[in-house]
Amino acid sequence: MKISETGKVVSQKEITKGIFDLVISTKIAELSKPGQFVMVYPKDGTTILPRPISIAEVTSGAIRLVYRVVGKGTNEFSGLKAGDAVRLLGSVGNGFPLEKAVGKRAVLMGGGIGVPPILELSKELLASSKIAVLGYRDNDLFLKEDFDKYIEVKVATEGGSAGTRGNVLDVLRAEHIECDVIYACGPMPMLRAIKKYAEEKNIEAFISLEERMACGVGACLGCVVKTKEKDHHSNVNNARICTEGPVFDAREVEI
Amino acid sequence: MNTEVKIAGVSFKNPVTVASGTFGSGMEYSEFVDLNRLGAVTTKGVSNVPWTGNDTPRVCEVYGGMLNAIGLQNPGIEVFKNRDIPFLNKFDTKIIVNVCGKTVEDYLEVVEKLADEPVDMLEINVSCPNVKEGAIAFGQNADALFNITNQIKKIAKQPVVMKLSPNVTRISEMAIAAESAGADAISLINTITGMKIDINRRTFALANKTGGMSGPAIKPVAVRMVYECANAVKIPIIGMGGISNYEDAIEFIMAGATMVSVGAANFVNPNTTIEVIEGIENFMREKNVSDINDLRGCVR
Ligand SMILES: Cc1cc2nc3c(=O)[nH]c(=O)nc-3n(C[C@H](O)[C@H](O)[C@H](O)COP(=O)(O)OP(=O)(O)OC[C@H]3O[C@@H](n4cnc5c(N)ncnc54)[C@H](O)[C@@H]3O)c2cc1C
Ligand SMILES: Cc1cc2nc3c(=O)[nH]c(=O)nc-3n(C[C@H](O)[C@H](O)[C@H](O)COP(=O)(O)O)c2cc1C
Ligand code: FES
Repeated sequence: MKISETGKVVSQKEITKGIFDLVISTKIAELSKPGQFVMVYPKDGTTILPRPISIAEVTSGAIRLVYRVVGKGTNEFSGLKAGDAVRLLGSVGNGFPLEKAVGKRAVLMGGGIGVPPILELSKELLASSKIAVLGYRDNDLFLKEDFDKYIEVKVATEGGSAGTRGNVLDVLRAEHIECDVIYACGPMPMLRAIKKYAEEKNIEAFISLEERMACGVGACLGCVVKTKEKDHHSNVNNARICTEGPVFDAREVEI
Repeated sequence: MNTEVKIAGVSFKNPVTVASGTFGSGMEYSEFVDLNRLGAVTTKGVSNVPWTGNDTPRVCEVYGGMLNAIGLQNPGIEVFKNRDIPFLNKFDTKIIVNVCGKTVEDYLEVVEKLADEPVDMLEINVSCPNVKEGAIAFGQNADALFNITNQIKKIAKQPVVMKLSPNVTRISEMAIAAESAGADAISLINTITGMKIDINRRTFALANKTGGMSGPAIKPVAVRMVYECANAVKIPIIGMGGISNYEDAIEFIMAGATMVSVGAANFVNPNTTIEVIEGIENFMREKNVSDINDLRGCVR
């Protein structure tokens, strides 16, 4: 279910350079599932579109957003202080299919700013075993300590300054980790590699996709991804990332 | 206080509808907006067969507005008839169906298939800048516009609104062509063709390179065009382009519009339509306007 609501900022801090940790009290907290996101509306009238940001964690009556400042909208959000009002629409999207992990060995993969969206999942997922593999650029391992509370964590860094040198899939190979299902969020090259890996290994992979959005409610058809089969709603080979997604079975999307 | 307006014999409880393509088929926003309160719902463009639309990115933000190049993705008239019309019929509002096509025959096929459907009005999109063939060509040449309007009018069972493109030298000529071919009304403006370049990636922000601009930044252009058309033709006008609040809506009405459509502003705030309706009512109360029809064209 989605509601349009004005939330209230509980706290905000910069957890590492350019990455902010924003907690907002809102009724959306009760409605959200791991992998869903909110549309956050800038106040500045020259930036008209809401920004999609994943719900990193849900605490009692509040949602936690962890985001990188990349432009006008996120820059405005980084100035929010405790007590400020912020307009939201959520929770948006389908979220990760938790039931697909029952009785299975699950690996949760997050790359870069795709790390926060799998935090709540790592708390809530019930699997026969679960490991989080987090990919970072360097040894600035933001949020890792939060994951440590709920799940076994492996790290990959581009230069090898922490954990395995390389990407998240290199960790599976280096540590001989076998799994039956992958949940992932991260940059497109990482998701493409995971799709290929899962197809080769004949395992399931659920990947969270990004696209430019305008409405966030399925009305504008801005945010589509090409699908293998004809999509039930659109009646063509395109699915709306904000509505049928953001999480897709990797086999079903052409990325 | 009267907020009811009429176009070609169809009564609308208030002058506020939504701009095609910004509100889906109504279903998508019905979680936030009570559709019963709208004067009408105008649906996303529908064609004779399903259209896949353009590659992504399809939307991007620009200063005070946005560009879109959706490419008229739609499920085709059959799905629309079986799913979207029955959904909208559950509400106490009027239904304006936006129609698109690549050839005159495409348009006629859709209009024909809608003939016996419970919809109130047809809006013919001859002005979409985002599909390669046809479409906008009809909207940029007065003879072509006359011809397609004329042919549609011959077979349409519902009143026909021709949706005009702002991407022309003289919009009033297009309005006159539509009127003389028998159009019951005109709507304007569709989006203004624009472009954005991503300087870091050294490429276009949209896969389609160009896109249609909408949002608050285009409003002055739209108000001017509505005013020019209102002076050129007698048929009613549905005005749109950047309407975000009741003040904007009243500007269009004063410029000569009978109805107004809220477009990109739905993205900015899903409750915009309701705020516009309530704002118009408050304005009328405060200024002692007993009939909305008295405001229309008052600045002429
Ligand atoms: C489902 C989803 C979940 C996301 N979750 C997170 C998250 O948890 N943390 C985080 O840091 N970022 C996340 N993003 C990316 C985030 O939406 C963009 O970084 C943000 O919109 C940038 O806005 P801006 O105004 O700062 O940048 P600008 O570049 O000024 O934005 C201009 C326009 O482009 C859009 N845009 C820019 N980058 C992206 C992008 N990568 N994806 C989609 N739209 C974009 C903006 O929304 C805006 O409409 C997510 C994106 C999606 C689609
Ligand atoms: C995402 C998007 C999709 C649109 N799709 C259509 C369409 O299918 N048919 C049409 O006639 N106009 C379409 N339009 C144009 C709008 O109906 C409207 O004419 C234009 O956006 C100007 O109004 P605005 O500034 O209030 O958005 C679309 C606009 C947007 C932003
Ligand atoms: S953002 Fe509009 S349909 Fe997804």
